[in-house]
Amino acid sequence: MSLLEVSDLTIRFGGLVAVDSVSFTVEPGETFALVGPNGAGKSTLFNLISRIYEPSSGSIRFKGEDLLTAHADQVAGLGIARTFQNIELFEHASVLQNLLVGRHTHRQYSFLSELLFLPRVREQERENRKAVENVIDFLDLQPYRNSLIAGLPYGVRKVVEMGRALALSPTLLLLDEPASGLSVEETNDVAFWIEDMKKLMGITVLMVEHDMSLVSAVSDRVLALADGKTIAVGSAKEVQSHPAVIEAYLGPDSLEVEA
Amino acid sequence: MRFVFKTHYDQDLGLFKHTQHRVCYALLGAIMVALPWLISDYLLGEFTLVLIWSIAGMGLMILIGQTGQASLGHAAFLAIGAYSVVLLQERAGLPFLLAFPLAGLISGVCGALIARPIAKLHGVYLAIATLALGILVEDIIVIAEAWTGGVGGLFAPDIDIFGHTFNKYINPADLYFLILGITVVLVLLYKNLLRSPLGRAFAAIRDSEVSAQAMGVEIAKTKSLSFALSAAYTGLAGALLGHFTGIFNNETFTIIMSINMLMMIVIGGVGSIHGAFFGAAVFVLLPTIIAFARDGLATLGLGNAVVIPGIEAGIFAAILIAFLLFEPLGIYGRWVKIRTWFELFPLARRDMFKRNQSFLKTERTR
Amino acid sequence: MDFAQLLISGLANGCVYGLIALGFVLIYKATEAINFAQGDMMMLGAFITLALTNDNHMGLPFIPSVLIAIAVMAVFGYLLDALMLRHVFGQPQIAVVILTIAIGYIIRFGAGLIWGHEPQSLHSPLAGQDITIAGIALGLDEIAVIIVTILLTGFLYGFFAHTRTGIAIQAASQNQLAAYYMGVPVRRVYSLVWGLSGVVAAIAGVLFASKGSIDPNTGLLGIKAFAAAVIGGFGSLPGALLGGLIVGVIEPFASRYGPSGYAQIAPYLLLVLVLVFRPHGLLPQVQQKKV
Repeated sequence: MSLLEVSDLTIRFGGLVAVDSVSFTVEPGETFALVGPNGAGKSTLFNLISRIYEPSSGSIRFKGEDLLTAHADQVAGLGIARTFQNIELFEHASVLQNLLVGRHTHRQYSFLSELLFLPRVREQERENRKAVENVIDFLDLQPYRNSLIAGLPYGVRKVVEMGRALALSPTLLLLDEPASGLSVEETNDVAFWIEDMKKLMGITVLMVEHDMSLVSAVSDRVLALADGKTIAVGSAKEVQSHPAVIEAYLGPDSLEVEA
Repeated sequence: MRFVFKTHYDQDLGLFKHTQHRVCYALLGAIMVALPWLISDYLLGEFTLVLIWSIAGMGLMILIGQTGQASLGHAAFLAIGAYSVVLLQERAGLPFLLAFPLAGLISGVCGALIARPIAKLHGVYLAIATLALGILVEDIIVIAEAWTGGVGGLFAPDIDIFGHTFNKYINPADLYFLILGITVVLVLLYKNLLRSPLGRAFAAIRDSEVSAQAMGVEIAKTKSLSFALSAAYTGLAGALLGHFTGIFNNETFTIIMSINMLMMIVIGGVGSIHGAFFGAAVFVLLPTIIAFARDGLATLGLGNAVVIPGIEAGIFAAILIAFLLFEPLGIYGRWVKIRTWFELFPLARRDMFKRNQSFLKTERTR
Repeated sequence: MDFAQLLISGLANGCVYGLIALGFVLIYKATEAINFAQGDMMMLGAFITLALTNDNHMGLPFIPSVLIAIAVMAVFGYLLDALMLRHVFGQPQIAVVILTIAIGYIIRFGAGLIWGHEPQSLHSPLAGQDITIAGIALGLDEIAVIIVTILLTGFLYGFFAHTRTGIAIQAASQNQLAAYYMGVPVRRVYSLVWGLSGVVAAIAGVLFASKGSIDPNTGLLGIKAFAAAVIGGFGSLPGALLGGLIVGVIEPFASRYGPSGYAQIAPYLLLVLVLVFRPHGLLPQVQQKKV
């Protein structure tokens, strides 16, 4: 059974069809990349999966269950974590606190026990901290543990956001442009991390990315979108050489120019 | 410089961070306990009032500082607390020990009920909705005269616990200790909130609703909870205030009162428990200080002790403007800077706390 | 008959609310600050006119007094931004709200210090004269209020749509950084908007004072105007006027036909209802955030 099945998904904003009957499946354990020019509908697709937008038609199934019955705040509880294109961290909190928010779906006790800070809440907090420390070790965030987000450079924020999503211990991780704005070295780190997430943690990754070197390095399958429509699916190499993809990126006459 | 070498996660979970921290609070506790023997009954009454306003300030702080939701009508919850505690005792015949927590509970439930429809509002719209609620409660008090006594007001009896009465004139020290005890309990609960997942969920909503939601925080429910807790704290403060002042009517809980509460926590420092206490101290003690200053000037022959109407509000507002322009983090923010300067001596630099250049962050999009 | 008179006086009141609301919205649209001192600025404008024209003060003719008051309030608004608001720029909205509330306190305190706390009335050539149209006796002041509001709205519309400064203001409000890069002097533009809202406040103040007496607490009327602006949809100029008119009309009718004691809460009840069912007002201006 596929982990995520998107079928005939369509969303219209007024007259604009941002995502036009897109279908694809993501298998457990694979790294699946969405590529396409700006405005192709990649981020919209992410927002549809995390239920921020309501689709006009089509269906999304996660682990065989209908995801469209879930509310936006229940998606995380099902095991889907995400990052955002324009970093959405909790600015006035420390890195540690940000990552701990990622553990929110794992809280077990009522707010009353939390207000009294009963021993079992303390125990749960120790567990949360341990889980978060593992993420901190994995992503080498130790130097920033107690820094406020507001004072951190862009590259670190990007990593913290990934860490927050990992702290959730997700089954499916949605990464929205994990390498945008990062240096070559940082991008290499991201590539290793994505590999390790797959191999060591067994996390399935669905990502949107423009950097084709990163995409070819880590992804098992790639889906190319243009103007909300699927134009190609396959391995990174196949998609990159697909005529429709080249056309979408470089314009209709580019093939002849190159030839 | 001080380094804290941490060896266990519990060191971050504890109430106190290190030994010095513990010593400071033990000292503060000792001073607070010794206070009745150190100062006059009049000043002790003022300090009791500071504690009551601190509770109210903490209530508003939960909402504004922790959850980032504005309220310009929090006096409404003071009113709900004050009226419920008196009515529960007079009409339902409950003892204070039951009526007091119930008043907080009623206020909290009202907060949660109000939050349901308005918690989805943001920025200006939330501000004006709470403002409107504050104004409505003022008028509802007049309309519901049968219960509230309307403009005639309501007399609060002395607090009575197992036959022992507390009156601010007869035994001010007892009243002070009672309210000090309540304050300490509420501070501890607030501290627990800050170190628990709920507190983090509040902060998440404050900083980014969309990613809080993506992390599984139920926005509507969590906001309601924040409103409820905030209203409960404020309601408890209202109940104590009602007993402390002895009589109150619709004009006790005006929109000006709500705005004063807001100003109080901003002067103190938004986002910290300390802020609520600093703000309450300034708010309560300022009129006393002005009165002293006026008398002092008069005895020096400078100014002939004219009473200028509204001078308290004027000075309060001027202090507030000065803080907003020069120290947006309030008294607590200034305190942290001074402390850091001493801790790092002589390594502190002027621009250590320089704020980043900030651009307009639009609140028109959601 | 009765109905028409109630309507006209409601509309006249509504125009004053609408003008104050216009001041709110002008500033909000351009700078995203909410000026809770707008009502107090109105009061200040009225008092300045009163101090210039009343016989027991300086006794200048009416029209020059009004013009001077408008000029003074324009400078006042400009300086308010240049000296204070500019420094809290980029901080959370609530900081600006509190700052302007505090400024309002100071204005109220200052006005009380200078002009006392007794209600005073402006000696306006409009006050107390009635004309009868189709059998309905109408106050000249009320008609003047409605006419001036219409003229002022037209003037503002023209200003924003057709002048260079107006367009610069629009640009700065839509995207501050981009406008800055395109050479719009954003800071000065913002201060200009504050000056403009000072002008609107002064005019609203004069119109309000022509209809009745004023005292330093008159500025609290701003709260009602703020409600009006939100009912209309904060951020929309026509919305502000519409909200003002609705609130103005609803008040006399509620006090005439509604149960006693409920008249003054009618605008706020309406506000709560509007917010519950249309969270961004009647003419919404809010977009979904893009993530």
